[in-house]
Amino acid sequence: MSSKFVSRFALGAYLIIFFSYLLGPLLVMSLTAFNSSGFPSVSPWGCFTYEWFTVLYNDERILGSIVNSLKIGLGTVILSVSMGLAASLVLTQVWPKLRTTYYTLIIAPILIPGVVLGISTVVFWDKVGRMFGPATEAFFHNGLLLTILGQSTFIASYCMLVFVARLQRFDPGLTEAALDLGATHTQAFRKILLPFMRPAIASAAVLAFLASFENYNTTTFTFGNYPTLTIELAQKVRYGINPSISSLAFIIIVLTVFGALAVEAVRRNAARKEAIREGKAVAKSGNLLPGFLRGNPAAFGFVALAIVAITMIGTAQSYDPQECKARVLKEKKAGIALRIEEIRQQRLIKDQSEARQGPDIFGTPETGADDAAKPSGAFGGVFDPNNLSTGTEASEPAKPSGGSGAFGGVFAPTNLDNGDSE
Amino acid sequence: MKKQMIFSEFFRNNGLLMGSLLIGLVGFWVVVLVVLPQLSMLDYSFRYNLPPAELGGPKDVYTLHNYKHLLYGAEGSEGTYNTVDLMVFVRTIIAAMLVTIANILMCYPLAYYLGQSKGSGFVRLLVVLLIIPYWINEILRAFALRIIFGDSGLINEVLMLTHLTSEPIDFIRQDIALYAGLGYAYILLMLFPMYNVIESLDRNQIEAARDMGASWVRIHRRIVIPHAKPGIASGATMVFMLSAGALAAPQVLGGPSSLWFTQLVYQWFNDSLNWQQGAAYAMVLLVSTILIVLTLMRIFKVNMGDIGK
Repeated sequence: MSSKFVSRFALGAYLIIFFSYLLGPLLVMSLTAFNSSGFPSVSPWGCFTYEWFTVLYNDERILGSIVNSLKIGLGTVILSVSMGLAASLVLTQVWPKLRTTYYTLIIAPILIPGVVLGISTVVFWDKVGRMFGPATEAFFHNGLLLTILGQSTFIASYCMLVFVARLQRFDPGLTEAALDLGATHTQAFRKILLPFMRPAIASAAVLAFLASFENYNTTTFTFGNYPTLTIELAQKVRYGINPSISSLAFIIIVLTVFGALAVEAVRRNAARKEAIREGKAVAKSGNLLPGFLRGNPAAFGFVALAIVAITMIGTAQSYDPQECKARVLKEKKAGIALRIEEIRQQRLIKDQSEARQGPDIFGTPETGADDAAKPSGAFGGVFDPNNLSTGTEASEPAKPSGGSGAFGGVFAPTNLDNGDSE
Repeated sequence: MKKQMIFSEFFRNNGLLMGSLLIGLVGFWVVVLVVLPQLSMLDYSFRYNLPPAELGGPKDVYTLHNYKHLLYGAEGSEGTYNTVDLMVFVRTIIAAMLVTIANILMCYPLAYYLGQSKGSGFVRLLVVLLIIPYWINEILRAFALRIIFGDSGLINEVLMLTHLTSEPIDFIRQDIALYAGLGYAYILLMLFPMYNVIESLDRNQIEAARDMGASWVRIHRRIVIPHAKPGIASGATMVFMLSAGALAAPQVLGGPSSLWFTQLVYQWFNDSLNWQQGAAYAMVLLVSTILIVLTLMRIFKVNMGDIGK
């Protein structure tokens, strides 16, 4: 009995750890989208704000890159779905001895590092462009074209896997019957195989679009003058962070959750109808809830999420965090004043001691005493003993450190960069 | 003769129009998109980086120069090995392997739990929860971890609040953030193949083994793991190749002083504009990772056909 309890407990703990590793970072990132602090963080919580969504909305580079991503996504879907479908059809007919080789060849692009795919695409089409002469070079250096080709190389393999799974349940007798009845091969394909493959084509198209939309490794070599959303995001993340990225991430996460719930709801609804048709479940009437919501938690979650989202958009119009911001700003300023006063006194002591003893001996005790209260290493350098020789600069790095003494860890050092300009 | 037979049969089965369409599409993909670009990259990697005017001139000859650079460093410093780049390479391969092993260990219990407890609503909910991070952008996932691991990030704040540490730990410089990010980035590519395979395992086999008195460890070692081997191999291959070839996570989460091998490729290609050198480095990465995967597949007796299932 007790061992069963222990194993259940271990399972629960494991599930919690696994899912917090998986979802926790996304949750924290979403929260940072609503913090007024100029650096994406949650712990020094300033004010609840929607301003980062406005910043995002006014960011033309992001908007332009979304358009590029959509164009590339569309091209990649068309190319990779048709190539994947063709490859899977050939796989069913290929000479058995060649089968493994052929399969290795069409599955390999998944395993080739994206960096390699990107480079090889650029290098190859550069060569082709040179072969056809300088007039065509612009065409073969076009970022849209190169990105579509580079991405399709491996996304077609994903599509192929989806089609192979579906084709395993296809009865080739159907096509044969159609051919016997006088249909042409094209007709048989269009009327028999294509309708059978339609669900697989739909899911392969979604898969291809999402894979294209989020691809970075290949695109970073091929994009040319057409940066996709992922490229823009990467540049923002690498060279300058502000929470508008978090707000974009929040939007993407919400859309993903919507999508996942919608798919799940549709699937459950279909399963329920199937069960009713087979007589396993009873279709109850007279319930308050509309039919598709009954016994369908996914649909329920979908509707609930929609309501929350609409409420948020509604309140965003009227909600104004000015008052809160003013208060936070005031607190910050008080913190700075306190800090400056502290530094001034310390400098006074330093100056005195420098006059008496020289820098090296005095630095040590002071560092020890102050370390515990400091929120971050950003201004730790001030108290470095070696710094004392340049004592006049001490107040400069201390300025962005905000209220460390009185306010503890409330204010992150980077906070102030934006706080002051508001 | 034989080949002609195959083709004529193929066209008889598919009709001329459909047959040539299929052959055309597959041919375009395999030849123009996969094989020829790899070959031209191979060709590039054996050439000097010349200005456009000298292309095709007397200096445009094949050379091992680019590969020598990885081994011995820039010309003039020959004799001693190019320790910086070689260390980056070794570190990339070893870290990718460790990430793969960590992912196997983390995913196996969950895959087993999800695969064997059939149909309950809770399990469906867990699967939906798993799909969500799967479709969030790689860059954004790395960014999310950077928020958490940063100097004033959540983990440091919590550690300092609980007085476990008095100063923020520099997770990024110590590469902890990078390894966490790499493990995070591809964990679901390990989980889903494993889950699919374990789901197909007949529960009666486990029950029977338990009735016969097999211990918990023995059941896993003799029944579940052998059955799940194709899934584990498939996931491990994907995770290893993708982590070794990852670019987003190292760029966002990597420390300033430590590089990932793909970053070297990126630098040669985009910063130094030396495509030939970049191609050589990319070639080394491609060949060595493929060799490692093939060797491991041989050791663990896994077929290529199992990959991607």
